[in-house]
Amino acid sequence: MEFIETLISGLSMGSTYAMIALGYTMVYGIAKMLNFAHGDIIMVGGYMIFVTMTAIGNPILGLIAAVLFCMLLGVTIEKVAYKPLRGASPLAVLITAIGMSYLLQSTAQMIFGSAPKMVIVADFGNLQLGELKIPIYTLITLGCSFVIMIALSLFIKYTKVGRAMIAVSEDKGAAQLMGINVNGIITITFAIGSALAAFAGFFMLMKSPSLSNTLGAMPGIKAFTAAVIGGIGSIPGAMVGGVLMGVVEAFSLNVSAIAPYTDAIEFLILIIILLVKPTGILGKVRREKV
Amino acid sequence: MLKLGNAKLKHYINYIAIAIVTLVFGGISLSGSLPFSTINLLEKIAISIILATSLSMVVGFLGELSLGHAGFMCLGAYIGGKASCLLEPVFGNSIVSLIISLIVGGTVAAVFGIIIGLPALRLKGDYLAIVTLAFGEIVRTVFMNSSSESFGGSLGLSTPRYDKKYLFIIAFVLVIICLAVIQNFIRSKHGRAITSIRDNEIAARATGINVTKYKLSVFTISSLFAGIAGVLYSYSNYRVQSVNFDYNYSIEILVMVVLGGMGSINGAIIAATLITYLDTTLQTVLTGNLAVLQDLFYALILIILVIYNNAPSLKTFRTTHNLKSILNKFSKHDPSHRRDDEAKWDRVPTKIEMNEVLSVDIQPTSSTLNPDKKEGK
Amino acid sequence: MSDIILKTENLGISFGGLKAAQNVNIEIRKKQLYGLVGPNGAGKTTIFNMLTGVYQPTTGKFYLDGEDLTGKGQEFINHKGIARTFQNIRLFNNMTVINNVMVGLHNLPEFKCNFFESIFRLPRFFKTEKAMRKKARELLKIFDLEEERNNLACNLPYGKQRKLEIARALATNPKLLLLDEPAAGMNPHETEDLVKTVKYIRDHFDMTILLIEHDMKFVAGLCDEITFLNFGTVLAQGETKAALNNPEVIKAYIGG
Repeated sequence: MEFIETLISGLSMGSTYAMIALGYTMVYGIAKMLNFAHGDIIMVGGYMIFVTMTAIGNPILGLIAAVLFCMLLGVTIEKVAYKPLRGASPLAVLITAIGMSYLLQSTAQMIFGSAPKMVIVADFGNLQLGELKIPIYTLITLGCSFVIMIALSLFIKYTKVGRAMIAVSEDKGAAQLMGINVNGIITITFAIGSALAAFAGFFMLMKSPSLSNTLGAMPGIKAFTAAVIGGIGSIPGAMVGGVLMGVVEAFSLNVSAIAPYTDAIEFLILIIILLVKPTGILGKVRREKV
Repeated sequence: MLKLGNAKLKHYINYIAIAIVTLVFGGISLSGSLPFSTINLLEKIAISIILATSLSMVVGFLGELSLGHAGFMCLGAYIGGKASCLLEPVFGNSIVSLIISLIVGGTVAAVFGIIIGLPALRLKGDYLAIVTLAFGEIVRTVFMNSSSESFGGSLGLSTPRYDKKYLFIIAFVLVIICLAVIQNFIRSKHGRAITSIRDNEIAARATGINVTKYKLSVFTISSLFAGIAGVLYSYSNYRVQSVNFDYNYSIEILVMVVLGGMGSINGAIIAATLITYLDTTLQTVLTGNLAVLQDLFYALILIILVIYNNAPSLKTFRTTHNLKSILNKFSKHDPSHRRDDEAKWDRVPTKIEMNEVLSVDIQPTSSTLNPDKKEGK
Repeated sequence: MSDIILKTENLGISFGGLKAAQNVNIEIRKKQLYGLVGPNGAGKTTIFNMLTGVYQPTTGKFYLDGEDLTGKGQEFINHKGIARTFQNIRLFNNMTVINNVMVGLHNLPEFKCNFFESIFRLPRFFKTEKAMRKKARELLKIFDLEEERNNLACNLPYGKQRKLEIARALATNPKLLLLDEPAAGMNPHETEDLVKTVKYIRDHFDMTILLIEHDMKFVAGLCDEITFLNFGTVLAQGETKAALNNPEVIKAYIGG
């Protein structure tokens, strides 16, 4: 019984990670950069939900506001900080992204203070199935993220924009020659990634209502780890990696002897995977042109 | 070598400046009139300089990003601190136990540098950054959850004190040693090999440079000094707590390197001094929620400096408006003509402007213009 | 037979299903100027990449001076004596011209100086640095680059960058020099100059040179022997004039 409960909690956590990892992986695939600030978009989404809920009190409106605001923020960050560096060294882009992450965190702390805010989105209680006790929010998280991921996959596979995204991730130059607006595609990618981050923020607040300016930092890094494990740039890879990460975390937290080392274990998995198979589980080998 | 010409002097100016600072403050300190806060600040500055110059080797010269520098420092602080605790009953609180702890702490950090440097041979750029970040977090978590007898757990490890009058002098001597090692290493054929890897790894390999060996040695030396800085930290603070060595600390060191101008050791020294000074003085001014202003400031420095120095569209602006060309306007010195190379053989660029350093994922921008594009796929 | 420097035996590579090169047999004698010719996508650079260890051949072997170097690493192959230039110039852009060449000198046995000696500035460090510097200047002089030795490599004009790349490759003291489209993007004057330089290198250093080129005139004026490739296979091989007049070659170039 406990096994199933842990598994479900792991799957729910994992699907949240998968949502974040999708943002990382899409941006990496298309803009060829590690968007370090992605995790902090989650935090911004969280604060947006907090602001809307104190003003209006409706969590769904809060989610909508968060999604819209995060999309706008993600696109703005891309235009202001990353776009000028297109064609510059990846090291420069990476450092700028780190700076962005830092900037978002400190701005949030300036506005909202360093004390954590309590945001009780909704209390759904538990689902009792015989001896099985499952918190309802895990089911909501699982269901929602499942739907979102299916929708995203369909979007990428069957719409014109989605196919353009694949083209840009394969070869930016060639895509441009085929008349694809590469800048537009990058903007859309950032918008989608940030929207997913806002959803992830909502799910995380459902799980634990404490909101601070570092809400997104750790999950962000873990989700990136998940994206790498799944093979960065690969959308199914991000989903698999995220879920794997969540399940490992849930089971590790469940064993008291290793529970405090959970973070270390997850990072160790990352290091091992990168050593054994740097392209991740579903990643493609990228050959360097000589 | 014997004649210290103008250019030679330039190479040694940093040693001289640091030696003068050490002598001046050391003299004041020995006469007993140096306030405690100044001593503390000097210790912190020395630690920051060691950290910044050693990270500068990895980021500025090798062109790889390490986000785990604080992790190596953490290792040095705990292991060196523990060593000094164990040595205290044997040697008392003497310079002997300080030196042994420095060696132990530094060596352990260096060994882990090799261990974490091994993936560096296969990974580049973003991947390496994330691996070093993960390493830093692992180190922190492990020490955080250690038993109270071994490393003090979350409360931290209490470490022996050393006479405050002398500690900062020792710290500055270490700064000079660190500087000498890193600078001499960089200004040698080995340094040239390292910069060549940064500039174009493929060409470096084709030219016969042993990329693996050099990446590993840079990582090892860099983590050795991070470990030494950690041991100094333990002596300076008497308590080592793993919370202090988080990822934000690694970023702060990175800010020093970026602010100093990547690939410039003197820049890193100045930036480390400046930021540490600001850190301690602002701590008293900006209290409570205002303290965050400092982080905000760092973040802006990082973003603005990096965009300014690297944005392709600002390239012409940079070349026409940089400090050097402005100065040249006044001195009427023709920049296209340089003096003889004898003194400048170790010239290193102050700004990274590489397009192919982390080249696994970068698409050549001119690929569409390349007539023989299909070749070599 | 002993004067054969490079010999490939059925060298071939495939990426997935695509056979980028197959059954390539080349023999290059000492001091020869050998051309690798063919249309775009014929697999010329791929062969260079195999010979320098960037790609591992899927079939066949190659020998340098009788030694099997198949499947060895890039650094190792360079140490054994194959140096190359790149189609899209790859210089150490943020290093000075002379430092570019000095990186090439890095592994020569006469310029040994270990970490310890460098860090502690022992006498050998100064001796080595001085000797390297002298040697690098000599090399730069040959390529008419001595004046620019303290400029950053990225600030050189295109033609000089090409030359610098050759100088850097030569600095590694190779037995065989691979030039990947050395005349690409050069104007007729520069090309003429390059022909002279390449010949000079051959005579002065007793160098064997294998080069890739598109420009038929350039090839005809320079190479003793060529191999003509098309779609990864050898179409014609042998003495330059004869090979270029091979009907298969004419067909491949003009189409028919």
